[in-house]
Amino acid sequence: MLLEVEGLSVNYGHIEAIRGVSFGVEEGTIATLIGANGAGKTTTLKTLSGLRKVREGKVVFDGTDITNLSPEKRVKLGISQSPEGRGCFPGMTVRENLDMGAYVRKDRRSKAYAEDLDRVFTLFPRLKEREKQVAGSMSGGEQQMLAMGRALMARPRLVLLDEPSMGLAPKLIQQIFAIITEINQQGTTVLLVEQNAAQALKRAHTAHVLETGEIVRSGTGTELAGDPAVKAAYLGGDV
Amino acid sequence: MIRERFAALPRPARYAVVVLVTLLVYALPLLNPPLITTTGSDFGGVLFTVASFVLVALGLNVVVGYAGLLDLGYVGFYAVGAYTVAILTSLHAHLSWPVVVPIAVLAAVISGIVLGAPTLRVRGDYLAIVTLGFGEIIRIVAVNLDWLGAAAGVSSIPEPPSVGLFDIPHVAWEGGQPLIDLGNQTRFFEFGVVDAIPFYWLALTMVLVILCADSLLKTSRVGRAWESTREDEDVAELMGVATFRYKLLAFAIGAAVGGLSGALFATRQGFVSPDSFKLLLSILFLAAVVVGGQGNRWGVVLGAILVAYLPERFRFFDDWRVFTFGLALMVLAVWRPQGLLPPRRTVRARQLAAEIDSLEEGAEA
Repeated sequence: MLLEVEGLSVNYGHIEAIRGVSFGVEEGTIATLIGANGAGKTTTLKTLSGLRKVREGKVVFDGTDITNLSPEKRVKLGISQSPEGRGCFPGMTVRENLDMGAYVRKDRRSKAYAEDLDRVFTLFPRLKEREKQVAGSMSGGEQQMLAMGRALMARPRLVLLDEPSMGLAPKLIQQIFAIITEINQQGTTVLLVEQNAAQALKRAHTAHVLETGEIVRSGTGTELAGDPAVKAAYLGGDV
Repeated sequence: MIRERFAALPRPARYAVVVLVTLLVYALPLLNPPLITTTGSDFGGVLFTVASFVLVALGLNVVVGYAGLLDLGYVGFYAVGAYTVAILTSLHAHLSWPVVVPIAVLAAVISGIVLGAPTLRVRGDYLAIVTLGFGEIIRIVAVNLDWLGAAAGVSSIPEPPSVGLFDIPHVAWEGGQPLIDLGNQTRFFEFGVVDAIPFYWLALTMVLVILCADSLLKTSRVGRAWESTREDEDVAELMGVATFRYKLLAFAIGAAVGGLSGALFATRQGFVSPDSFKLLLSILFLAAVVVGGQGNRWGVVLGAILVAYLPERFRFFDDWRVFTFGLALMVLAVWRPQGLLPPRRTVRARQLAAEIDSLEEGAEA
């Protein structure tokens, strides 16, 4: 297991956002957390990145207990996140945003860095066209691509994607999910949080359903996609 | 526009321009250019005030403009610097000026860290309130503490050591004709109560040093950390920026520059009292930064010059001076909220926003 989450509970004040969440992500796979608004998906990701304090439980990354590590150290270990919504730095250009993604790296003039930049521009040709444009002036889809590309610039082993399809046109959603699969095939492990369950389940190797802060179902993507309860609740399925 | 033209010049020409402008600025109080010179008050003294305002504004710009932390109590650091000089050169010890200034800067940095470490964990409005309180606390402590001279303050602060080498005559203008005025000379380099020009040169030199340090910092990793923190603190954390550490660093650097200008103020004045460090001064410092264009060092320099110079130039407005100044600030806030010379980034973002708007309008039509 690259990432192991054991009995994770996180509070916002007195309110429990997630409780007793346990799951694992195998190296080289795509795992997904699906669930409705407010189920605790984003909280889970923020906790994995170190933005939220853990009340109970443990997070282990590649054998190291990272439960109380600072966000900075987690990025250095190889976990990076593409945040929810328009998570770019709006006043910076596309290129500056991408450079920020590599903030913890000290090899900005190296060949490896140029290759990584190339890789992002190949995955998202649109970003290359807009390299010098200010992020805040781009469309939602472009900003989403930028946030994802930026997360890759840290050369992560595990990339956390928070609702990459939110607010995008259907055609663009297809494209984004295809890119997620491609990123995974290039060797990066992906943990994907999504409301668009249909697409997420289709792409994911393992999947977990989060309801009011707890995992209620786990299985492979195909298993859950076939599960009648999941169908009814998240796939707008035939009841 | 000026920036592009300047960048287009060949390298030697650029150096020449920089050297010429710098010399001109140094010589300003000797030249007494008509229209610019102040009639109601000593021009050298005014220029010293302007230079120290520029220094303060550059320091505050690191905190407000770069790191995006609203500090309403910046005068506190200024006071710490000034009082450190006062008690170490006059009240409790008689250390020499070159020794005391680094101590004053250090004292300001320590006070910045002591204030920042607990408070930089709160965001936005709360930070403004806490810093506001800090500024007032420093002043009120000074009023009540006999050890700091209480309400009467500390006097007979000595001048920095002088080396009187030679005299430089001023220029007098008679009917538009420049004349060498041998009856009015400045001794190079002697600090005195009457002639403020050596103090101006000292302050200006500090400004230039800080400007260089500022431009190095802005383009470094530290500068990028500040920028990302200002734009979105959570996302900056996700990039691996240790935001708290960088905010504290901004606070410490700001405090250092504030302390330095406070030390300069105390030395020139020869006297400090709690009345010199009122809340209004914090607001004026902030006004300089905001009017000029927070985040752009040249904008901030311009803002500080205007805020410090205009009220002196238009002294004949008398009672209307402050009123006019306030009115000018309001007009500016409405018409140019981003400041007179905003950072290039802001300009760029605005242009693009306008472009997109026009495109969208076109699409609808």
